[in-house]
Amino acid sequence: MKAFSLIHILDRGAVLFLVLLGAFAVAIPVLNLLVPASSSLHVSTYLVALFGKYVCYGLLALSIDLIWGYAGILSLGHGAFFALGGYAMGMYLMRQIGTRGVYGNPVLPDFMVFLNWHELPFFWYGFNHFIYAALMILLVPGLLAFVFGWFAFRSRVTGVYLSIITQAMTYALLLGFFRNNFGFGGNNGLTDFKDILGFNVQVETTRNALLVTSCLALALGFLICRAIVTSKFGKVLVAIRDAESRTRFLGYRVEAYKLFVFTLSACMAGVAGALYVPQVGIINPGEFAPANSIEAVIWVAVGGRGTLTGAVLGAFVVNYAKTYFTSGVLAPYWLFMLGGLFIGTTLLMPRGIIGTLKYGFDQRAARSAAAEDGVETGAAPPAATPHAAE
Amino acid sequence: MLNSVKPNARRWLYAAAGLAFAATAALSPAKAEDTIKVGILHSLSGTMAISETTLKDVMLMLIDEQNKKGGLLGKKLEAVVVDPASNWPLFAEKARELISKDKVSVVFGCWTSVSRKSVLPVFKELNSILFYPVQFEGEEGERNVFYTGAAPNQQAIPAVDYLMSKDGGSVKRWVLEGTDYVYPRTTNKILEAYLKSKGVKDEDIMINYTPFGFSDWQTEVTKIKAFGSAGKKTAVVSTVNGDANVPFYKELGNQGIKATDIPVMAFSVGEEELAGLDTKPLVGHLAAWNYFESIKTPANATFIKEWHAFTKNPKRTTNDPMEAHYIGFNMWVKAVEKAKSTDPDKVIAALPGIKQANLTGGVSEMLPNHYITKPVFIGEIRADGQFDVVWKTKGLVKGDAWSPYLPGSKDLIADWVKLKCGNYNTVTKKCGSGS
Amino acid sequence: MRSFCGRITALVFALGLLVAGAGVALAGPYEDALVGFTEGSLSDTGDAINKVAASGNPLAAQLLQAAEDARLMFSAAQKKVFIKTKDDKLLDAATGKEFTGTPPDDIDTVIVNNRLRGIIDAVIGSLTLMSPNTNQRFDAAQAVFKSREVSALPALDKALAAEKDPRVKKAMNEARAAIVLTDKESSDADKIAAIAVIRDRGDQDALGLIDGMAAGQPADVHEAAQAASAKIQGNLAIWNAVQNAWYGLSLGSVLLLAAIGLAITFGVMGVINMAHGEMVMLGAYVTFVVQEFIRTRNPALFDYSLAIALPLAFIVSGAVGIFIERTVIRFLYGRPLETLLATWGISLVLQQAVRAAFGPTNKEVGNPSWMSGAFDLGGILITYNRMWIIVFTGLVFVALLAMLRFTRLGLEMRAVTQNRAMAAAMGIRTARIDALTFGLGSGIAGIAGVALSQIDNVSPNLGQGYIIDSFMVVVFGGVGNLWGTLVGALTLGIANKFLEPFAGAVLGKIAILVFIILFIQKRPRGMFALKGRAIEA
Repeated sequence: MKAFSLIHILDRGAVLFLVLLGAFAVAIPVLNLLVPASSSLHVSTYLVALFGKYVCYGLLALSIDLIWGYAGILSLGHGAFFALGGYAMGMYLMRQIGTRGVYGNPVLPDFMVFLNWHELPFFWYGFNHFIYAALMILLVPGLLAFVFGWFAFRSRVTGVYLSIITQAMTYALLLGFFRNNFGFGGNNGLTDFKDILGFNVQVETTRNALLVTSCLALALGFLICRAIVTSKFGKVLVAIRDAESRTRFLGYRVEAYKLFVFTLSACMAGVAGALYVPQVGIINPGEFAPANSIEAVIWVAVGGRGTLTGAVLGAFVVNYAKTYFTSGVLAPYWLFMLGGLFIGTTLLMPRGIIGTLKYGFDQRAARSAAAEDGVETGAAPPAATPHAAE
Repeated sequence: MLNSVKPNARRWLYAAAGLAFAATAALSPAKAEDTIKVGILHSLSGTMAISETTLKDVMLMLIDEQNKKGGLLGKKLEAVVVDPASNWPLFAEKARELISKDKVSVVFGCWTSVSRKSVLPVFKELNSILFYPVQFEGEEGERNVFYTGAAPNQQAIPAVDYLMSKDGGSVKRWVLEGTDYVYPRTTNKILEAYLKSKGVKDEDIMINYTPFGFSDWQTEVTKIKAFGSAGKKTAVVSTVNGDANVPFYKELGNQGIKATDIPVMAFSVGEEELAGLDTKPLVGHLAAWNYFESIKTPANATFIKEWHAFTKNPKRTTNDPMEAHYIGFNMWVKAVEKAKSTDPDKVIAALPGIKQANLTGGVSEMLPNHYITKPVFIGEIRADGQFDVVWKTKGLVKGDAWSPYLPGSKDLIADWVKLKCGNYNTVTKKCGSGS
Repeated sequence: MRSFCGRITALVFALGLLVAGAGVALAGPYEDALVGFTEGSLSDTGDAINKVAASGNPLAAQLLQAAEDARLMFSAAQKKVFIKTKDDKLLDAATGKEFTGTPPDDIDTVIVNNRLRGIIDAVIGSLTLMSPNTNQRFDAAQAVFKSREVSALPALDKALAAEKDPRVKKAMNEARAAIVLTDKESSDADKIAAIAVIRDRGDQDALGLIDGMAAGQPADVHEAAQAASAKIQGNLAIWNAVQNAWYGLSLGSVLLLAAIGLAITFGVMGVINMAHGEMVMLGAYVTFVVQEFIRTRNPALFDYSLAIALPLAFIVSGAVGIFIERTVIRFLYGRPLETLLATWGISLVLQQAVRAAFGPTNKEVGNPSWMSGAFDLGGILITYNRMWIIVFTGLVFVALLAMLRFTRLGLEMRAVTQNRAMAAAMGIRTARIDALTFGLGSGIAGIAGVALSQIDNVSPNLGQGYIIDSFMVVVFGGVGNLWGTLVGALTLGIANKFLEPFAGAVLGKIAILVFIILFIQKRPRGMFALKGRAIEA
């Protein structure tokens, strides 16, 4: 245990993660753009788009891990923040279409034209400026999380109750965004994007740039999360996770801690959604579906709750499995796989991939330390609480 | 201490590298073989599986039969099935996978409008062909998409015409009931404009929307009943989608709304949906489609026989989108034979003008706007879950890409043969932008 | 239309004659009319119906009824028409005798559409105004009220004069008033009298009738109509509120039924069972299987199908529940959030398994006769299926309460709910209680599925539609308290139904969700929270 008590922002795992991420962010564009298509090392644009999507999911998973793994807040509505960020970006992208829409209306997006809207609703104002949109990507999910969290944490809504009302929140938003009267395109959502910052979203260079940007965002998010969880603030969060009442009695303002980290996490999810939208080319109310949020939670569980790197790994692994198993002969069995993954992970590998590795690590380190010191090691950490940075 | 950590870190690195390698290896494009690949992009799980699974099966059957006839251009056809799992972004991903990884020559797929909208940019970017088999709101004219389902003027408007006619009961008062999404909204906008152009007053039209999967219809049905008791002949035009239909019809039946009092004309209820219902209380309610299983033609009889043999289920029903795939697939085959190539540009150029006998006795033609000509039938529900055709259009109706009843699109036309444009403005004489 | 009425009178007259035993004419207007049915076009069929009605042939009523029920067959090649009886015998329509030869190859059903069915209804309705059967006369009067056919007036007046039964008489009077109000030629005094009759009817149809009166009526008629309209509207407003409350009660009972099993497992075990909806779905599929079995083996039992399905659904869902508890959930106690994920996985697997086994499409589950239709209660219409579901929910609720209160298992369950450690210390085998509780909760979900199969889709997605609502009910009502669940379900149901007419179905639902989110802030443990230290985990 000693090795980890000396921790700084970056431990070995974190450095390794950043190096791998960096290598990934460099290698994929190089292999896509510079290596000729005939070469066996060439990475197709299909994969670039796919990986870009995974990286966004990784960031979403990271944001969930921050609150679930470290503060014990299980949000089953994080997809809502993701989708709100996505909508903010989608609105910017819609405004960029300008007169290239099928009806050629310079101001109104197509779906408003054919539903006979005559002017732009007020909440669409400003989205033609990227800066404003970028602000909204952070602000809208952040504000919603702040208001929601403010009420919920102050009233000490915890555990499954919180999970269920976050689910209610995303469900209410789902119903709302499905309504065409809301002015967000209803079920069809926002699609057929042309440009982002003047670059065509469909050309390969833009796709690679988006992938690299997503990787940067993920790295930045990771650093922020590391900074938080390795600080004293992070220790308080873990204390809240493990014994909320006790932490409160020790004089910490639990709600303030939770509120901060919840809002931050929502902002990160918003950014993930915003980067996701130009890469997949559509944002639709389906992203608000409670099932999506629950699926995102399982990424974290698979990779390892409370490990940060594990969350990202989990997002990659599960989504890769999804890509792989939804094609060909295995297609009808995907839901069995996903369901089995949920059950198997919680039952057999409650620490997740990284958590299990780390646990094995710690055990061996502890054993060898014990052998050196000639002291008996303490009992293994309880299975229910994933190993935290301590 | 540090010594004991390092080897583990290294092992970890190896593991990660190995995983990354495995991923790239598995995802790298397969070698092209000597077959023509046909992509099938229909949800096999999730909420849309209920409708789309059948379409996957019918495509497999059609491909199978074509292979029995000797394939195409001397090659066998090979179906590539993917499951977009009713998840719209996944539709885009899978479309990209089909086109760029599996190198399919054509894709048959999608059901909901949003799934089509989601894959559209992919088909445009990678220049491939999509055949879309479901009735929808129109308002689209893409070069890479061929719309074999009905546009509003091939379903909604004839249906309303029938209801206004003497045979349809000379309906004077209208309830437009729909699920709140784009297809019902657009269709109802078009119908509202159309009805008003026929002199129907505002107070005789009631428009109402309910959410997806709505199951408690008590209040809505009572509202319809109240609206229908004003002494004028009333009909409901229903664009209620999928799952919400069963509880809707059950409530209608239980509240005693008979087809002779207030008929319900549905655009999304076909043989497949009725298979999940006790149809006895629903006898006489209507549906408008371009195909009914009960239509007696030799072609249809053969099709149904083959379908039953292929699915090994003598009770499996056939429906309208299946026929759309039948027409679309055969048109594609003919176009490939005409172009002597599966090259998308050549096939797209060859498709307009291709004629294919449909299953109801007519000959459908691919139009320059990438819609097809279709007959329109009005069917009344029978006690056995099939439809009696009570009315049909004289001849075939041409699909309109852009509705003349919507102010935004009344000046637009699509023509990929002469004008090479999907949204040509007949007033400004320009393609695309109105400015 | 006068001539149409004439035909009907002729028909009535002829019927009377022929009952006396007259022979069948060989080539009369009736036989000529039959040819029209063999043309296969709606307009020819329509003409044929009118001619048959006018022919006065005794077979006319039987033939028209057959046409309406799609039992009238024709052969275009042989120009022959047949009546298929309800027990599948073939009669020659021309003679009414059983057809003994081999049926023609091209035999097909005569297609009638809504308009023709309406005509047939009117003809049969007029014929049965004098029927000896009271219910038939009542139905006939209702049919005339609906059709408001002026031509039916003489027949109606005649029937009225002979009518003894007060209920039928009232219906006939109303039908008469409806005709008077629609007819432009009736006198003002008649109209005012008719308005009074219609006002007393007081329902939506009455309002429609009065408001639909042609403009330009004389002042006194207009005044009477205005007054009547206002009175009916006031009356309807009250009934509307009652109707909304009833709908709310009905929705609430559905919610309660879906949520009650969840309340038990959640309350006793603190387990979030995301697969609860799938237990409901399993119950619905059990109903489907039972009905299929009955349909193929013994159709006479169909009305009992639900009674057979109930215990089976309870056993199947309960067994699946116990299986899940023993294989998955028991390893996850004390980790409610992980249980949530694992059961979500189970729900996905169950959904896909059902999809693989039964196919993705909806399955037909029929309503037994006692669950079909509706009856009027004052100004509201009560459908039987909703009513029985409310009754059924009440029974389940009471049975469950009694079980918790009076049985040993119930006692032990309550003990575990209140304080698990203490209960264990007192010698209660908590693991066994957990398994049984989970089985009980799942079994109740199963019987909820039987009920829901009567009003909703039976498809693999059935459970998904209810799971979020069920959670809302449980959380809102308060955990570990069945009364809380009851109040929660009914409150949400009724609130939803009162909001729906104003806000629409979608906004109403959103409003309810927001309300619950806010309510939980106020009372984080729901309306009826268990008090005590044990639950402060």
